[in-house]
Amino acid sequence: MTPMLTVEDLRVRFPTRTGVIEAVRGVSFTLGRERLGIVGESGSGKSQTGRAIMGLTPPHAQITAKSLDFDGIDLLKAPSKLRRSLRGNRIAMILQDPKYSLNPVMSIGRQIVETLRTHEKVSAHQARDQAIAMLEAVQIRDAARVFDLYPHEVSGGMGQRAMIAMMLIAGPELLIADEPTSALDVTVQLEVLGILDRLVADRGMGLIFISHDLRLVSSFCDRVIVMYAGRIVEEIAATDLAHAKHPYTQGLLDCMPAIGSSRHPLPVLDRKPEWAL
Amino acid sequence: MTIPDIIVPSAGRSRARAKARTYAVLRFLVVIVTTYLGLLSVTFFIGRVIPVDPVLAILGDRAPAHVVERTRELMGFNEPLYYQFYIYLKDALTGNFGTSVLTTNPVLDDIRRVFPATMELATLGTLIGSLIGVPLGVLAAVRRGSIADQFVRVIGLIGYSVPIFWLGLLALVLFYAKLRWVAYPGRIDIVYEYTFTPVTGFYLFDSLWQGQWDVFKDAFRHIILPAGLLGYFSLAYISRMTRSFMLNELQQEYIVAARAKGLSETRIIWGHALRNAAVPLVTVIALSYAGLLEGSVLTETVFSWPGLGLYITNSLQNADMNAVLGGTIVIGSVFIAINLLSDLLYRTLDPRTRAR
Repeated sequence: MTPMLTVEDLRVRFPTRTGVIEAVRGVSFTLGRERLGIVGESGSGKSQTGRAIMGLTPPHAQITAKSLDFDGIDLLKAPSKLRRSLRGNRIAMILQDPKYSLNPVMSIGRQIVETLRTHEKVSAHQARDQAIAMLEAVQIRDAARVFDLYPHEVSGGMGQRAMIAMMLIAGPELLIADEPTSALDVTVQLEVLGILDRLVADRGMGLIFISHDLRLVSSFCDRVIVMYAGRIVEEIAATDLAHAKHPYTQGLLDCMPAIGSSRHPLPVLDRKPEWAL
Repeated sequence: MTIPDIIVPSAGRSRARAKARTYAVLRFLVVIVTTYLGLLSVTFFIGRVIPVDPVLAILGDRAPAHVVERTRELMGFNEPLYYQFYIYLKDALTGNFGTSVLTTNPVLDDIRRVFPATMELATLGTLIGSLIGVPLGVLAAVRRGSIADQFVRVIGLIGYSVPIFWLGLLALVLFYAKLRWVAYPGRIDIVYEYTFTPVTGFYLFDSLWQGQWDVFKDAFRHIILPAGLLGYFSLAYISRMTRSFMLNELQQEYIVAARAKGLSETRIIWGHALRNAAVPLVTVIALSYAGLLEGSVLTETVFSWPGLGLYITNSLQNADMNAVLGGTIVIGSVFIAINLLSDLLYRTLDPRTRAR
């Protein structure tokens, strides 16, 4: 099976006044129709990796790669118009906090319809029906009412479901979820994850799940990439996580308290400078 | 969930919404009444405190003592202060601001004549200022740091710092005296002054309404230079504000989300970012419009524009208190009205401020 997405030696650099900052330093992986988790601490470059694939890095960033290939399309050489037609249509992205990532002065329904009508020629009436069906697919009861609500009128969990509906309505093949549940309450997290899980499975999408929550990622994904300081330090099947080889991954796992066993003192994460080389 | 379960709360919600709306209207009314009362008491006390004897202003300083006394009695100055205030309120609310000493007309008639002139100028000026200023500000924000941004910055800087009368005179020299593109100062050519009878006092509107094309063209040739200048000055302000509002919106996460949806840049900038920036922009444009409605004395002087600013200044120089206070009340009312309007507009633009 040829992979849907090939990333080879991806680098993202930001020129600043004090020199060039390299946020992503040679990341390589391939992805089929599977779930890939990317974990790492803040600033490890996991979000920038996702944004580089989307083509959403700020204009002053320099992106290089030996290969950045989506379904036979060289993303780095693709004209911006082609990349735009991919975004939302074939590659979509879910952002962290619906409080900020939904437009506050536009009703939820209009924002969902907008994605659909950007990529497909459908009548306004049809688009509305499809959007309401999509809202029902993310398990929103009374979808016709929620369609006309504004983002500030719904809860965080409901907002994130609307976000998922907005990003999935055009039927993308690859979904990048950038900390999709970090801004939500724990109970709501599971609900939203459950919805995401079913949609990804039903539609056979590829998923890149970016998170700092190792346990969440390992239970949700097939494969896990651990990033540290802009590099991949370990790539491992989620089921093998307990047997991680790299000391950083082991350190991350060690920091997790377990129910039923007393762990005092909880170990502190070790960061050796040579890992960042 | 049973069906009644769904219906009952939504019925309650709509009732609560209607109640909230009534409450909002009531609050509006209270705001209007108190602001207006405050305005009237301030003008009343200024009128009594300012060391210009209104009786003296009418009769001159050579009038015999008994005439002065009789006039004082007739004008009600011998009544107790609270009674004077009551009469003042009654008069002001019925539109009776007294008679102008200078023009010998009732002040209200004078204002009816001069205010449309100012309003026509201010409206056209604000239209020019926003229709050019907003796109310029958007351009400057989107191309931040580029030549275009610097260009907009310089335009704004000149607008801020060059005195309007100087620029007005220069513009007259160039566009009227040299190029003959526009007409001389004033609202309309002398020829039309006797053949054209305005109805509302807005010459552009009246001439169009009556189908008098030549009058419209002439009025336009007269108004375009002062309106363009006022427009330029409000443009300087509006474009700067638009730029900073837009920069703020363009950094928000929903812009990233809009890009992730695959929307075009045009749609993102004008449909998403500007739509959000429009909320505070309404206040900025409304304030700038209200400022122009006060009548810009300098512009009206340079262009011999018979507007409110010129009228109030003339009255002030001649100690014509009735006219000055009448004008002040009109300006105050305009401010209150514009504030309320922008408040209403704000509510329609931003769903978060709507009564729920």
